[in-house]
Amino acid sequence: MIEGILIGLKTALSFQNLMMVMIGCFAGTIIGMLPGLGPMTAIALMIPITYGFDPATGLILMAGVYYGAVFGGSTSSILINAPGVPGTVATSFDGYPMAQQGKAGKALAIAAYSSFAGGTISAIFLLIAAPSLSKVSLSFRSPDYFGLMILGLTAVAAFSSKGNFLKAMMMCILGLMLASVGQDTLSDIPRFTFNTMNLSDGISFVLVVMATFAMSEALTIIIKGNDPSKAAKQISLTDLGSIRVSKEETKQMAATIPRSSILGFIIGVLPGAGATIASFLAYGMERNFVKREEKEKFGKGSVQGLSAPETANNAACSGSFVPLLTLGIPGSGTTAVMLGALLGFGIQPGPRLYETNPDIFWSVIMSMYIGMVVLLILNLPLIPYIARILAVPRTFLIPMILFFSVTGIYLMSFNNFDIFLMIGIAVVATILRLYDFPMPPLILAFVLGGLMEENLRRSLLISDGSWSFLWDRPLTICIMITILLIVFWQIFSSYKSLKK
Amino acid sequence: MKINSVKIISLLFFILSAFYLYTAHQIQVFAFDEGAPFNAKTFPIYLGYAGMFFSGLKIVLPDQKPIEVDPTYLEFKKTILLVLTMIVYGATILKVGFFLSTSLFLVFSYYFLGERRWKFIIIFSFPFVAIFMYLLHGVLAVYLRDPLLKYIGIMG
Repeated sequence: MIEGILIGLKTALSFQNLMMVMIGCFAGTIIGMLPGLGPMTAIALMIPITYGFDPATGLILMAGVYYGAVFGGSTSSILINAPGVPGTVATSFDGYPMAQQGKAGKALAIAAYSSFAGGTISAIFLLIAAPSLSKVSLSFRSPDYFGLMILGLTAVAAFSSKGNFLKAMMMCILGLMLASVGQDTLSDIPRFTFNTMNLSDGISFVLVVMATFAMSEALTIIIKGNDPSKAAKQISLTDLGSIRVSKEETKQMAATIPRSSILGFIIGVLPGAGATIASFLAYGMERNFVKREEKEKFGKGSVQGLSAPETANNAACSGSFVPLLTLGIPGSGTTAVMLGALLGFGIQPGPRLYETNPDIFWSVIMSMYIGMVVLLILNLPLIPYIARILAVPRTFLIPMILFFSVTGIYLMSFNNFDIFLMIGIAVVATILRLYDFPMPPLILAFVLGGLMEENLRRSLLISDGSWSFLWDRPLTICIMITILLIVFWQIFSSYKSLKK
Repeated sequence: MKINSVKIISLLFFILSAFYLYTAHQIQVFAFDEGAPFNAKTFPIYLGYAGMFFSGLKIVLPDQKPIEVDPTYLEFKKTILLVLTMIVYGATILKVGFFLSTSLFLVFSYYFLGERRWKFIIIFSFPFVAIFMYLLHGVLAVYLRDPLLKYIGIMG
């Protein structure tokens, strides 16, 4: 493992990769700060650029963007009470009241230190867990993988959209349908191409991500008439106050950070749970842990109330890399986008990645940590300046997002058809978003579609067409039981809420 | 059963799944693959059924959290104008070239969204695209087709 860490450090600390981490963190912070635009959009916008680099550099850039966007999301939560991503909603509970009290700088500093600490602790867990799990997952067979993929989709559908399980499942199916367009991988038979050459290679992953996230988010902002810059005017972005944290506050954070990190990491590893659930659970858990007088401060600018969700959401981000790197199965929408990018580089994440591409495996882990250090050193002092980006009027912001989306696809295909297809998907996604149809399950399903079909093919061929492969092995049975439990729990909770 | 927009979307999804299932059955597989446990149409067929199942459930079951979007609060005009601008942009980018089509797309988009400060509109369109093109074409060596600039002699 030490050798691997050194390989990772060597790759991550090369001049080019260090620059990429810095650029990624900076760009991610700016994009993540804009309300409505989260890490998925930030990464999606970066994908066409990363294809110009080698896989390790491209992934390092994306990891930087990821952490930058999460940090940026916290900034908009604290400063304008407009969380850039669901994972930072809990941050605004105490962060925004603190900013209203004239302690915006302090709130940002607490968020940054907590994120850094949460990220550091979970990076250590990741270092330990990933190689061990890689070895265990070598014993997984096609039926187990097929089951795990269904489990991932079901869990994302169940957890990512509370009360919208059926809508999320419909989005999963839509994602799988989109993934099935193009030539069949084994027989080269065209499917759903409608005799169009443009569809014979299938629909590009970048196109779907850009359309369902960057573009449809921009269109949703317009159609709903949200103007982030209006919210930014409510609080002075030029005077954020001191960023110094007192001894007493440090003491309070010291108690909160370890427990929130552990909780965040564990939640992050679970498929579908992710940063949002981790941050809410950590907030709730912290509220139960503190003394009564401190409990009353929650929601009014409590240090622990701000530190807990920030620590947990960052820890969950690292945790979500465990299933991606070890099993090749993303546990969240963001890691699904990263899996798509990895496949674009010709790299198949999974247990063998640890052996076949140790430089990539370890450099991603190490660069994640370096990214956090960069965020702390570079972004915290720059926050008063970066925060002014929140005041950029949407009249400029939206066309820029649309321009980058269209250009991203144009540069990849030099084809009008892809641009029209992207606009079409973006319009449909915007309508679906208006009615609360979640997009992360669609992306996760789109990325997993090919792998799922491949594993089902192998399983059915091995079992000679019998579905008994679902209960032949104890591991597969366990996975299937978990899936059934999630589905029944969803149905039961829906029934309960309807009765109320 | 109360009909609302979510039910209508679910119904459309049901029809889409049915069409998908029909198309999946039409996929031509090799003769030796016809009776195989798995061929090119197996997975799509399951997907078609799954899509019909979930959308069917959504249509039939009562809504847990009914959502109705009030159309009076939605900015349809701006959104449609912007989508049309994007379509025109997509249609002209190859023929007119990247520089002019992108710059005009940005100018019109800023204008449609309500920007009237022409100084900023101009700065963040033509010079911005020129710098972007220089970075892509000149620095990163990414090919950008531009018949107009080629005709003028600016691009090789």
